[in-house]
Amino acid sequence: MRRALRSAVAGLFLAALATSAPAQELAERLGAPRAVREMVLRSTTDLSVMRPVIEAFLETRPGVAVRYEQWLSNNLYDVTRADCAAGGRAADLVISSAVHHMVDLVNQGCATRHVSAETAALPAALGWRDELWGVTREPAVMVYNRDLVPPEDVPHSRFDLLDLLRDDDRPYAGRVATYDIEASGLGYLFAYADSLEATTFGGLMEAFGRADTVATCCSAEIMAGVLAGDYLIAYNIIGSYALELAARTPRLGIVAPGDYTLILSRGAMIPKGAADGALGAEMVDFLLSPAGRAALGAADLLTDLEDLVASGAVDVDAGPSLLRPVELSPKLLVASDRQKRMLFSARWRAAFPQATGGPAADR
Amino acid sequence: MSDAAATPRTTVSLKGRIAAAVAAVVLVGGAVVLAAALAYGRHAAREAYDRLLVGAASDIAESITIRDGEPVVDLPVSAFELLALAGRDRIDYRVTDKAGITLTGSPNAPRPETARDVDFYNGSFGGESARYVAVTRRFAERGYSGPVEIVVGHTLLARRELAHDIARNALAVLGAAGIAIALFASLAVASALTPLTRIGDTLARRDPTDLTPLVEPAPREIAALRDALNAFMRRLERQLGANRDLISDAAHQLRTPLAAIRVQLDAAAEEDDPARQAALIARVQDRARTLSRLLDQLLSQGMVVHRGDAVPKERLDLRDVALEVFEQTDAVVIPGGRPVRLDLPENEVPIAGDLLSLAEAGKNLLGNALRHGAEPVALGVGVADGAARLWVRDAGPGPDPETLARMGDRFTRDSASAGAGGLGLAIANAVAVNHGGRLAPSRTGTGFEIALVLPLERPE
Repeated sequence: MRRALRSAVAGLFLAALATSAPAQELAERLGAPRAVREMVLRSTTDLSVMRPVIEAFLETRPGVAVRYEQWLSNNLYDVTRADCAAGGRAADLVISSAVHHMVDLVNQGCATRHVSAETAALPAALGWRDELWGVTREPAVMVYNRDLVPPEDVPHSRFDLLDLLRDDDRPYAGRVATYDIEASGLGYLFAYADSLEATTFGGLMEAFGRADTVATCCSAEIMAGVLAGDYLIAYNIIGSYALELAARTPRLGIVAPGDYTLILSRGAMIPKGAADGALGAEMVDFLLSPAGRAALGAADLLTDLEDLVASGAVDVDAGPSLLRPVELSPKLLVASDRQKRMLFSARWRAAFPQATGGPAADR
Repeated sequence: MSDAAATPRTTVSLKGRIAAAVAAVVLVGGAVVLAAALAYGRHAAREAYDRLLVGAASDIAESITIRDGEPVVDLPVSAFELLALAGRDRIDYRVTDKAGITLTGSPNAPRPETARDVDFYNGSFGGESARYVAVTRRFAERGYSGPVEIVVGHTLLARRELAHDIARNALAVLGAAGIAIALFASLAVASALTPLTRIGDTLARRDPTDLTPLVEPAPREIAALRDALNAFMRRLERQLGANRDLISDAAHQLRTPLAAIRVQLDAAAEEDDPARQAALIARVQDRARTLSRLLDQLLSQGMVVHRGDAVPKERLDLRDVALEVFEQTDAVVIPGGRPVRLDLPENEVPIAGDLLSLAEAGKNLLGNALRHGAEPVALGVGVADGAARLWVRDAGPGPDPETLARMGDRFTRDSASAGAGGLGLAIANAVAVNHGGRLAPSRTGTGFEIALVLPLERPE
């Protein structure tokens, strides 16, 4: 019921958007009312998650305000690219979970270079050209409803999930959900990364299709569906939201797949047309500084293996080789390739014939 | 004259000069090597990264398949893994079908101007210069027959870095080589200059009267200096010897006649007979005149020997020398004697010599002829057998053979008895030898001739 209502509201909202240029989902000014400097931060992250981090940033900067704009990843990509092409005023900082979009933007020369002690300390795989930095660390996890999924059924890896889906009794038919990759930049990125990591992906897609798996949107909605019992298991959910929700709702179980767990670092870049790029750079340095790391950690945006072990998402004896970070490198340009995307979507559509392919969010 | 001018100036040290030369060589060489290294680095970087581009383009070309008559690109990650080796460079790519329609990639990527199967060219990617390759793959499939062009390019950061790395390494090697060269050069210079220091030390330690030659071994360049020093000391010793001889000769030659004069003067003072007294005084006068001439010649000899070493030879006309001799002798010619005949050729007789010494020699020869020879006396200049001759002739028999045989001697104990004539010959002989010539006495049918034979200079 609730889900239907949500969808309806979202549909109305999106229908309204369709007539105009893509716009942010939400915008809010944070900081002192009479701040002399104001920066624009466009991000795909929920403001509710980011708010304490930004407040920590503003705490030591009384003269600064942040106008926070929350965007859908595909729209954020479009608007940033349009700003870049127009050469006009752009945001002062862009942070997106769809890092292949960010790599593409940097490759097109839409970013400004910034070097500091903080950016220099970043591992090579988490930065590119001193124009793109991975500021968070979030696993892609499976979530399930502890009340409805018996312990022996809980999948600890993709192989377990495959076995569940292939069960002849089809107990999970239509009860497993994942992102709709055509609607969600992040969903596409996770699926693309899966396709590179292991051959299981082909089997998984085929099994998803046979078990009538639901491809939909978005993290919050899917997790609400799991808690409500609409879905029993959801695949490739971004761990930051899941961990935060699981801490409040013990009914939500989390599994970091034991064969491998993708780790996403949201990418931050300072657009070329930034009005106050220095402030954007200051924000980047803050996010990479110990104070910023602490704030991100508190917001579950900086998950490491110990956190996963502590939350019971992985076995105690899991090693760091389990984690597969999504590298910020020009290799991600392949993910943005037009024909690659078409081929990938064609495969996806073949597995999920019922997917609507409508626009949706990907938080 | 100021002190500064008196003190010899010390110029930049040899070590300093060689250091400057080595520095210049290293700097100029460094500039050349740097330019070469930069060019080579650029070339090497271009080669290396061009291969990367071709590899990536070929990877993409391999991934193209024809589906329903349309080329489909399933972009391989491996191609971008190759390109990502140029870590910080932005990547541009484009796949175009036979109709020129962009299948995937950036529609703004520049296409090559020529149509070769593999084509490299430079272009611009978003305002930044970039290097591109175009690879063409030809299909002959049902539904699609023709080429598909794959263009891959990237910016030049990695190429520049590699080129600079190569140049930097070359420069480091060159710097090390320069330091090594400087080190070896300074060692070589120090070792080469050791003989100089040794010679200097030896000279400083020497007794002032020690004029023996230096025997220190020395390299060729320094040997020249050592030999010049030795030659200088030889000349110095000769001069000192001449002075010594002059003094001892003067003492020896003057003592006896002076003693005789004193004895005769004493005798004259005690003589009461005016006639005998006058005779004694006349003898004293005679002796004093002889003594005066002897003294003149001793000084003349000293002067000639000194000038022989000390005065540089200049170009002279031997006829001028004869004139000089004639004029000076004419003035003191023995009263009542017949004038000397002068016999000069019409052409210049060029020689290299010292006018004063030569005139002195001529005067001595002419004086001998006037005093001891028989009239008529002639003085002349001539050229014979390629040599210049200044000759004196008289009609007498000439000196006795014994005197002629001794003319090469410096002085003899009995020069006094031989009179000033023997001494005059010795002077003339010394001058002749000093000028690289000789004294040539000969008896002619009509008398005696003595000639100063000198090397002839080339006429001007």
